[in-house]
Amino acid sequence: MQNYDLVVIGGGPAGMAAALKAAECGVESIVVLERAETLGGILEQCIHTGFGLHYFGEELSGPEYASRFIELFKDTNIDIKLDTMVINVEPDEGKNIITAVSKAEGLVDYCAKAVILAMGCRERPRGALNIAGTRPAGIMTAGTAQKYVNIDGYMPGKKVVILGSGDIGLIMARRMTFEGAEVKVVCELMPYSSGLQRNIVQCLEDFNIPLRLSCTVIKIHGKDHLEGVTIANVDENRRPIMETAEYIECDTLLLSVGLIPENELSRSAGLQIDNITSGPIVNQDRETEFRGIFACGNVLHVHDLVDYVTGESQIAGAGAAKYIKGLADNDPEYINTKGINGVRYIVPQRINLNGDEDVKLYFRVGQVYRKANVKVTCGDVVISNKKKPKLAPGEMENVVIKQEQYKDFDRNSEIVIEIVEG
Amino acid sequence: MVYDVAIVGAGVIGSLIARELSKFNLKTVLVEKCNDVAQGTTKANSAIVHAGYDAIPGTLKAKLNVEGSHMMSSVCDDLSVPYKKTGSLVVAFSKEQMKTLEELLERGRKNRVPQLEIIGKERLLEIEPNVNKDAYGALFAPTAAIVCPYELCIAATENAVSNGVELVRNFEVKSIDFENGEFTLNSDKDSIKAKYVINAAGVFADTLAGMIGDNSFSITPRKGEYVLLDKSMAGVVSRVIFQCPTKMGKGSLITPTVDNNVLIGPTSVDVEDKDDLATTDEGTSFVQKQVALSVPEFRIRNIITSFSGLRAHSNTDDFVIGQSEANPHFINVAGIESPGLSAAPAIAKYVEKILLSLIGEQEIKADFDPLREKPVRFREMSPAERREIIKKNPAYGRIICRCETVTEGEIIDAIKAPAGARDVDGVKRRTRSGMGRCQGGFCGSKVVAIISRECGIPLEEITKFGGESTMLIGRTK
Repeated sequence: MQNYDLVVIGGGPAGMAAALKAAECGVESIVVLERAETLGGILEQCIHTGFGLHYFGEELSGPEYASRFIELFKDTNIDIKLDTMVINVEPDEGKNIITAVSKAEGLVDYCAKAVILAMGCRERPRGALNIAGTRPAGIMTAGTAQKYVNIDGYMPGKKVVILGSGDIGLIMARRMTFEGAEVKVVCELMPYSSGLQRNIVQCLEDFNIPLRLSCTVIKIHGKDHLEGVTIANVDENRRPIMETAEYIECDTLLLSVGLIPENELSRSAGLQIDNITSGPIVNQDRETEFRGIFACGNVLHVHDLVDYVTGESQIAGAGAAKYIKGLADNDPEYINTKGINGVRYIVPQRINLNGDEDVKLYFRVGQVYRKANVKVTCGDVVISNKKKPKLAPGEMENVVIKQEQYKDFDRNSEIVIEIVEG
Repeated sequence: MVYDVAIVGAGVIGSLIARELSKFNLKTVLVEKCNDVAQGTTKANSAIVHAGYDAIPGTLKAKLNVEGSHMMSSVCDDLSVPYKKTGSLVVAFSKEQMKTLEELLERGRKNRVPQLEIIGKERLLEIEPNVNKDAYGALFAPTAAIVCPYELCIAATENAVSNGVELVRNFEVKSIDFENGEFTLNSDKDSIKAKYVINAAGVFADTLAGMIGDNSFSITPRKGEYVLLDKSMAGVVSRVIFQCPTKMGKGSLITPTVDNNVLIGPTSVDVEDKDDLATTDEGTSFVQKQVALSVPEFRIRNIITSFSGLRAHSNTDDFVIGQSEANPHFINVAGIESPGLSAAPAIAKYVEKILLSLIGEQEIKADFDPLREKPVRFREMSPAERREIIKKNPAYGRIICRCETVTEGEIIDAIKAPAGARDVDGVKRRTRSGMGRCQGGFCGSKVVAIISRECGIPLEEITKFGGESTMLIGRTK
């Protein structure tokens, strides 16, 4: 058994920022458990730029963004265990047990006052989509292809169709083009892209790669290796319109059809998972329902920018520090947040009204809105009502609620965010 | 060199026959056209050991099903293959269907299926609370079981190879010559000579028989589509739940798998192409609708994957097992559709008997070992066992597949095993690496790298499942 004040599970952008923040706030014994051979998580394979505009005010590549944080560890006493996979979390207030395995140390139990869950997310695979046809080689998630190309230096194919317009898919459309592949089309089931607008412009439009909205892959062809796909437009119920079916020859199908927070450990630990975010339910300190267990980054909800992950994780790190030092509120009074009329989810899901800082609520909408208002209320009180030129599912929004406002909220009410059109 | 026996087809039937013959001082070769064993019907079926009430009394199907079902548990035990005696239920939803159950019960008794009984609604809902409340009753067969068919095939091949059988992969028999009492099996590149040939070629068994002029039967590939659900669905049923057969067909089943997933299916559609393993939207939705009739609470969510398999349906409607009329040294083991998996151990014994009647009784080798040691399964180990095994070999401390908790050590074992894995799917079937909810998104590239390292094959030559199924085309610029 190894004892720590804080165990951070995951050494990607979330885990790093949380650990560093906790150390900065005075937590002395911290360990980061990371399954890969390096810190940095998925940033290591994101060699494109676009990271850090918000947080550092400059445009960095993924590895550069990660290295800024990795450097900071040198001036701390934080222990880092690489190539180490956590296989179980046993919550027990103040003395949680985290079990991990590694080649170097074998099976080790860690006992921690507080835990930060920062396991990130994974990509939705083909099976979840249930596309008809054969099962040849040549079909993979965009992230897997990204690893082959950027880390291993190998190309999966030459003629590419991308299903889904998530950011990784858009980035890979450009990357494969740079490597001499022909990206024939990006198909998006929804009438809008789930990726960032800047990626649509820089990764597709600049390279004349067509983006077909309301379109999907309905069949896969090829026995051993992928030979082609049939794509078709879909109607408003997302059912394929067979008259529009079209065969496209390709040897690679990349899937960028959504990310799922990686919450196997959270689930087996008994944490309640939000059906919409697929992450644990947390308060404004990113503390879960189990005291002393925090969650941040993509394990909590999928972010569109790493800068936001960093910000959120610092909140979790500070929250964990407060808890470890015995400064946390022992008598919290919670009210829930709730998204209606187009707001799909809000993080945090609940707010302790005895908090001493302003709270930023992050949310996503379920469809594209133009010139709509974001209205925030609590009971009869209208907290804010601001006009937005555009709201899209691919771009996370936020609203701030001031401490002096929420401290007096009705303890039996809830904070509601909604979209008002027109 | 001339082999005594060449078995064509390394599915569950061919591999279990190979294992039976590996007892004797015979030079036996197991010939497989794919890069791995278990590539045909064996890898995509219902994975059920039927109790034996389905087949018409007096048929080979009936006889070998009941015998095989009885043998299965000890065969699986010897080979360390997961087997669970879950029992099965055929659920009736009308008085008329209850009559069908009576017929099945009667048939089962004639086939000597033990412990069969018809249970009423109350008992049914007590043991399977998620079954449709409109049910009238069910035929309960406590001896029905579930197994992992491809693991059974892999284990039997490993055991056969350990006992001296040779496995030749990537050898597709294109023609057969017979001269001076010897067969020559020809592929495009190579040939293999043998005194006796056992035809276990699955859906291609009629094609193979045709190569020696035996056109006594024909095989129609009958496609069955399945949907596999995530482990989070585990517990929705604890037994195999069949629907009562009607004029409209046999319906679909829902069953737990030995790995705690839930499997639903199959459809039943005759197809022309013996390589047609494509799934269809119609098939997937048919299966879902059918299963919703027996288990209404069931909602299709958490789909891991869908797949289809081809049953080798013979025009004789029964298993075709015996010496060919065209050449008595050529033994057909064909038309092995359901209950073929259940019957497999008995089929192997039956074929052994036929062969021995031709070549004379053989002594069992002194060093024959019927046991196949269980591979390391890190996910099933206690913390103490895990500590111990990592101490012995640190490769067991490195988890490659996080969804299924598979370690690098297990993947290396799967590659180094007798008749070991040579491709990504081979590793997957032996270790479950990549079988979880992320379907290899995270571990796929690591598995490719491990195969490349352990087998000394360049990365761009590693395949998903042999043939042209390479994963990568070459270096980046």
